[in-house]
Amino acid sequence: MRITSPHAHGPMSTPRVMLNVLLATVPGIVVMTHFFGFGTLVNILWGGLVAVACEALALKLRGRPLGFYLKDYSALVTATLLCIALPPYSPWWLIAVGIASAILLAKHLYGGLGYNPFNPAMAGYVILLISFPVQMTAWAPPRGVGELPGLLEALQACFTPAAFDGVTMATPLDVMKQNNSLLVKDLWQQNPQFGRWAGVGWEWANLAFLAGGAWLLYKRIFTWHAPVAMLAALTLMAALFNDGGSSASGGSPLFHLLSGATMFGAFFIVTDPVTSAVSVRGRLVYGAMIGALVYIIRVRGNYPDAVAFAVLIMNFAAPFIDYYTQPRTYGHQRSGGGE
Amino acid sequence: MLADYSILLISAILVNNFVLVQFLGLCPFMGVSNKLETAMGMSMATTFVLTLASACSNLTYHLLLQPLGLEYLKTISFILVIAVVVQFTEMVVRKSSPLLYQVLGVYLPLITTNCAVLGVALLNINKDHNFLQSLFYGFGAAVGFSLVLVLFAAMRERLAVADVPTPFKGAAIGMVTAGLMSLAFMGFAGLV
Repeated sequence: MRITSPHAHGPMSTPRVMLNVLLATVPGIVVMTHFFGFGTLVNILWGGLVAVACEALALKLRGRPLGFYLKDYSALVTATLLCIALPPYSPWWLIAVGIASAILLAKHLYGGLGYNPFNPAMAGYVILLISFPVQMTAWAPPRGVGELPGLLEALQACFTPAAFDGVTMATPLDVMKQNNSLLVKDLWQQNPQFGRWAGVGWEWANLAFLAGGAWLLYKRIFTWHAPVAMLAALTLMAALFNDGGSSASGGSPLFHLLSGATMFGAFFIVTDPVTSAVSVRGRLVYGAMIGALVYIIRVRGNYPDAVAFAVLIMNFAAPFIDYYTQPRTYGHQRSGGGE
Repeated sequence: MLADYSILLISAILVNNFVLVQFLGLCPFMGVSNKLETAMGMSMATTFVLTLASACSNLTYHLLLQPLGLEYLKTISFILVIAVVVQFTEMVVRKSSPLLYQVLGVYLPLITTNCAVLGVALLNINKDHNFLQSLFYGFGAAVGFSLVLVLFAAMRERLAVADVPTPFKGAAIGMVTAGLMSLAFMGFAGLV
């Protein structure tokens, strides 16, 4: 196409954006594979297959051109994000149910890419977490704390789960939540899964996702507002209720920043352009509310991590936030919102 | 004391949200959520009526039914109390603020049939709430109802322009959305 001067041409098409996001998850996946074994990789391979099959089925049912939509990689991104969030060594049916709910229910029922009000990966995750809480909270111990299964065992865990005898261990977030008698200092000494700043493995996985996110930010795939607002709100909440590391502490800010799905959520989930608020002020509010909710549900709620719940709740609120944070149209007075 | 009441409020607004967790008041939730403005009007009217009806039915139960030994009449008398409160609200609003009356319009009488209102009144008795607790519980229930109704209305305005497959257009996709929302609200479990 020839484009002459006053027309700017966006170099980023949907497939390019999606490919960049996929690339940016690589450091995180490598670190998770190093610390938790091949489980995550097997999850992603199997999940990706199911996702492409579901996407093709939905496109066929709706009479859309298969090639065009499959080549935008959005199904693969959803599958990768969901499979990173799932515990390694998950059985095949768990992954299949999650991916099918994400792609069919949360995405194509609403009209496909660009129309889904909820982040498909997080919707799939929450559906699984509520339906299969036992499988969804079974995290393997990290390298250095427990034995890591090999590649063959990882495949076995996925496809013949009955024959796989996996070891699971409470995650550091879990231990911190359950604790109400020990000082944080003693908790660190008595539980081998705590590392330098947060959990063994978790801290490096979070840093790797932070690196991937920083690269996406540099490539201008998204703006800084929502992730920074989320991390800032989480830090603030953790600092407010740290309580000097006593037994009532919810954990230090650094612990929360490098635990669970914090960085993964901040840079790969909260930044979803479809399901987040659109305006700049809206994104700040959206991100900050997610950060606050993550802390509240992590520390006070029943579930071990809270990123998926917080994101889903704020997805629900995003259209409302947009309604009240619409920027003023140039040359018009500010109105009450909406008009 | 203060902590007790804030827990009661948080419980009614988020953890045991009347619409998304206890599945009460679904008819106005689905029926009046097509436009944000009407949803706002409905929220305001419901908040007023629910708080007042919750307190009034509590008084009715403790001052009238219990002394007379007529506890088994509570459901039918609460329906009456709610109808009276709604009628009273309508009259007061019409005389004192014709503008608000126009905004609320048909939604005021509709609240009589909102099962969340009767639900709160009966739950107050089941949970042995005193007068002040009933007032707070009713208010919390109303705020929770308003919150999800308004958020849902804003979302449905967006869904109306989405490319939803024909069999799922309208109420069907609304139900799916409400279901996903209900899942998300389960994250609040254990908060209080």
